[in-house]
Amino acid sequence: MITLADMLTLSGILFALAVAGIFLNRKNVILLLMCVELLLLAANFNFIAFSRMLGDLTGQVFVFFVLTVAAAESAIGLAILVVLFRERRSINVEDLNTLKG
Amino acid sequence: MLVQILFYLFATLLVAGALGVITARNPVYSALFLVFSFVNSAAIWLLVEAEFLAIVLVLVYVGAVMVLFLFVVMMLDINLAELKRGFTRFAWLGWITALAVIAEIMGVIWGHGLGGIDVGRGFVSEPASYSNTRALGQVLYTRYAYPFELAAVLLIVAIVAAIALTLRRRPGLKVQDVSRQVAVRAEDRLRVVKVSPEKRS
Repeated sequence: MITLADMLTLSGILFALAVAGIFLNRKNVILLLMCVELLLLAANFNFIAFSRMLGDLTGQVFVFFVLTVAAAESAIGLAILVVLFRERRSINVEDLNTLKG
Repeated sequence: MLVQILFYLFATLLVAGALGVITARNPVYSALFLVFSFVNSAAIWLLVEAEFLAIVLVLVYVGAVMVLFLFVVMMLDINLAELKRGFTRFAWLGWITALAVIAEIMGVIWGHGLGGIDVGRGFVSEPASYSNTRALGQVLYTRYAYPFELAAVLLIVAIVAAIALTLRRRPGLKVQDVSRQVAVRAEDRLRVVKVSPEKRS
């Protein structure tokens, strides 16, 4: 049997690894997008675990919508990345200083 | 027991894949590790009997989104040496944050006694003929019909945005302009000239 604690611990480890990945690869926009995908996956694990435990399908419906939004997000993010690379010939975050942020 | 062994096997592979994603030097390897992680997640979701979402994860993520990622990674001519510089400068901060997050989540889980609950059985038991896909479809098309339509609209917006962003118009390209082709009239193209016949000498 798979206990709730197993699922939640796994999702916590996945989430922490993704956060660490954002720190590690903070220059490469593509890797930042991939780490965001991992974060969303970790959140989905929690939704599915609690949905199964409580016998309520709402959690799984929400995972469905999260997957939809994540797909749209990565499509638009990669499109922006392609345009950015055409303009600046670089995807380094440190080169993106036009807004002086 | 078998389910538990399989769960730990896939969980180990999933964590290893995630580690590969964040530490791989080459973005192509990162993308492939991410594919590996998604496949293992789908296996775990199958084990906790969320079959529909497991299949959707494989079809949508491995089949579409990660292929898009790989396309972009291979299309862009990235200067990897520049991106790798300073890789380890904030690494310690990242690992400390990761450990802190893990410790906090563990504390919450074990501190509140969530340990022994079986996810697969839960508080309600389903009959043997229970179909996850059927049940999900029944709520998705009735109670969540409007959010479902909204998700479809969102996907359309994403398609239009992605195409509009990456569409490139280069000047001087010899392409057909269909609207001009359709709007053409005979008078613009054809000129009937009256030629007076020459006299026969």
